[in-house]
Amino acid sequence: MNFKLKNIGPQLITLIAVVLVFGFFTFNAQTNMENRGIEFGFGFLTQESSFDVQFSLIEYDGSHSYARAYLVGLLNTLLVAFIGIIISTILGVIIGIARLSTNYLIERSAAFYVEFFRNIPLLLQIFFWYFAALRALPLPQDAEPMFGVFFLTIKGLFVPSFIWNNLNIFLYSLIAAIISIVLIRNYAIKLQENEGKQLPVFSISVSLFIILPLLTFLIGGVSLNFSLPVLEQMSNTSFKYKGGLGIPPELIALTLALGLYTATFIAECVRAGIQGISKGQKEAAASIGLTPNQILKLVIMPQALRIIIPPTTNQYLNLTKNSSLAAAIAYPDLVLIFAGTALMQTGRAIEIVSITMLTYLSISLSISFLMNWYNKSIAIKEK
Amino acid sequence: MNKLNLLKPDLNNMNNYIYAGSFLLFISIFDVFLNAFFSLNVTSFLPQTISFILPLCFGLLGLHFIRIEFTGIKNLDLLNKHINTNNFNAILTLIIVFVIIKSIPPIMSWFIIDANIAGDTKDACTGSGACWTYIKIWLRRFVYGMYPNAEQWRINLSFISLLALGSVGYFATEKFKKYLTLYYVIIYPFIAFLFIFFFISGGPIFFEFSYGIIAFAVSIIVGFFIPKKFKAWYFLIVPIILYISLKYFFYYEETVDLGKLDGLNWVETGAWGGLSLTFIVSFFCLIFCFPVGMFLALGRRSALPAIRYISIGFIEFWRGVPLITVLFMSSVMFPMFLPEDFFMDKLVRVIIAISLFEAAYVAEVIRGGLQALPRGQYDAAKSLGMGYWKMHILVILPQALKLVIPGIANTFLALVKDTPLIFVVGLLELVGMLNLAKTNPDWLGYAMEGYVFAAIIFWIICYAMSKYSYNLEIKYKTER
Repeated sequence: MNFKLKNIGPQLITLIAVVLVFGFFTFNAQTNMENRGIEFGFGFLTQESSFDVQFSLIEYDGSHSYARAYLVGLLNTLLVAFIGIIISTILGVIIGIARLSTNYLIERSAAFYVEFFRNIPLLLQIFFWYFAALRALPLPQDAEPMFGVFFLTIKGLFVPSFIWNNLNIFLYSLIAAIISIVLIRNYAIKLQENEGKQLPVFSISVSLFIILPLLTFLIGGVSLNFSLPVLEQMSNTSFKYKGGLGIPPELIALTLALGLYTATFIAECVRAGIQGISKGQKEAAASIGLTPNQILKLVIMPQALRIIIPPTTNQYLNLTKNSSLAAAIAYPDLVLIFAGTALMQTGRAIEIVSITMLTYLSISLSISFLMNWYNKSIAIKEK
Repeated sequence: MNKLNLLKPDLNNMNNYIYAGSFLLFISIFDVFLNAFFSLNVTSFLPQTISFILPLCFGLLGLHFIRIEFTGIKNLDLLNKHINTNNFNAILTLIIVFVIIKSIPPIMSWFIIDANIAGDTKDACTGSGACWTYIKIWLRRFVYGMYPNAEQWRINLSFISLLALGSVGYFATEKFKKYLTLYYVIIYPFIAFLFIFFFISGGPIFFEFSYGIIAFAVSIIVGFFIPKKFKAWYFLIVPIILYISLKYFFYYEETVDLGKLDGLNWVETGAWGGLSLTFIVSFFCLIFCFPVGMFLALGRRSALPAIRYISIGFIEFWRGVPLITVLFMSSVMFPMFLPEDFFMDKLVRVIIAISLFEAAYVAEVIRGGLQALPRGQYDAAKSLGMGYWKMHILVILPQALKLVIPGIANTFLALVKDTPLIFVVGLLELVGMLNLAKTNPDWLGYAMEGYVFAAIIFWIICYAMSKYSYNLEIKYKTER
């Protein structure tokens, strides 16, 4: 009996303290809102937002609702996160492997990169790219085309945009290619298990992936045109690009800074993963006659990935959260549009800040649940 | 004389190969060197592409010639082993060397040769390099923010004395060593708090002190009647509550203009800024987030479900949201949760927000350390009859913390790097001041200098911290 009381006591005290603190906060919030004449509720989401956003993936203007503005911000955040993840993964893997190089100069340069970019605050890097580096670019009228089609100017990067005919057929063919590759892989695995024969899965997949979409151009009536950015004079001093796709400098600065910064952490994850495989594994694989390529593919990588993937996902999450720094350079992401402009206009601090936080929280939690599930599925099953 | 096989250098004609190879390598590097430092293009008579890749070809050939195994020449063998193992490595080596040679002149000229530091105005900057005059003129603002010039000695004095007090540990004799933990964990943060709060901020010291003294005296007197079992808890909680309630109840009297009694002018936190604010914020967050994180980590591993789930919820919540939204919360949402007439300073709110945020990360790091300890340690401590707190303070935590030094150092580094974010609530530390100076009409167009300056400072701070943590890790490493 005494033992139970000892256990219940502290729990009860903690619970009461938490409840009291929350109660105190809610009570104050209620009185404060009453005094200011605000009512708690999410009705404002359907109201007309009446502010414009510079860069949006979906159709949006001031006549749309706040809920739509929220969606615009969320999509912009996800876009930055997506591009940043691609840049940081490619760079991180290259540098992580370079840090293990036997070439002293390469190893030192990779180490220099990591030490350099890791120890400078991300916000400073974003500011540097946006305010110092990208501002040194030429004006639209003075820009020299790169490869004849890209224009890198102070107003952003202008690239040709695709104009598709029958895009859906092309996409179907891609999906068909992916499905058939998966089927062939499964068949090849079965074939090897049952009869010991090996299929050249990799070359078959690559050729499928190239040939099927190409066929749609020949037979399916798919065609692709490019719309090139063309300089147009608006007035005496103002020039503008027409056509093509304009990538705003905010997006460039943000993805560049996020990618370069996160790459250092991913590089360390990759290095730790590869170093974490004991030498014995390599030697054992070599002693049963595997070629160096097979050793890497069949023995080192599957084990290294088990170490690399969890911390790397963590870095992806960090990148997504860090993308909220976009607010500092006025890239219209979730924080700037919703917790910035919308909050200023409606004055609904509690609702808006909690929605914003819950959005990030649900992204993080869902990814970490996925991660836990994945970790369990690849964990070494010991008897 | 043996036949010379150009594709396969061998030991027999070693000298010939080495001479030819070194010569080619020298030519290629010399060409790039001339090009970089004197902008001479020796091979300009060739077509552009060939002239561009010629040094690479020469260098590759040269490195190929000197790639002979077991020459017996120590330096050559080392060279081959480290940077010249095969053709692919040789190309990468050459590219890196060329890039370094090429990038030295522009960097040198921007930083030093064409840079200006003399003069007091923008007109002094005539060179094509950096304008360090800008940094020189604005240095005071970058370090002290908007703090009044006449009062800046207060910041200097505070930091110097805090540094001196902080270095006590190095000079402590054996006799006082055992009190060092107590000193660093409780007394030193308290002194630092007093310094920052009363000395840098100034203002109504008299009342603050009197509340503190009253709260302390009352709690000690009452403390005599508290049973010994609860004494620790009592002294942990009651004085603080007493102090806060005193301050809260007498808030109105404070606003009566008696604050000038103590002579130091009050400088509001909105005027603080620059590097000194970076230090203040990171220092306090560092001090606060560590104990909170420790308790959270213990809570997460607690056997009591209520405490465990509250800790888990708390940790996962803070780890799931970006710091910038936390700061938004502290600036726009948190005041709504406080009583209407209760004023909490912006800086205090920010420090609390960042501390709670980083505490969640510290908690996860410490939990890793706790999990890494073998069960035997717990069982051994329990079999000696230790209670929960005794076991953790004397046996578990010292070992667990030792294990997680690198992780904690990383979290602290992240904290220092996160401090610039406080621009969200309008506090301008170093990076914020840079952005302010950049928009000054007299000094337009020197963003680059400012960011490079800040980057160097932050890099030095962070690099020093990571090296220090590495040394600590080596120092406290024990074999298991």
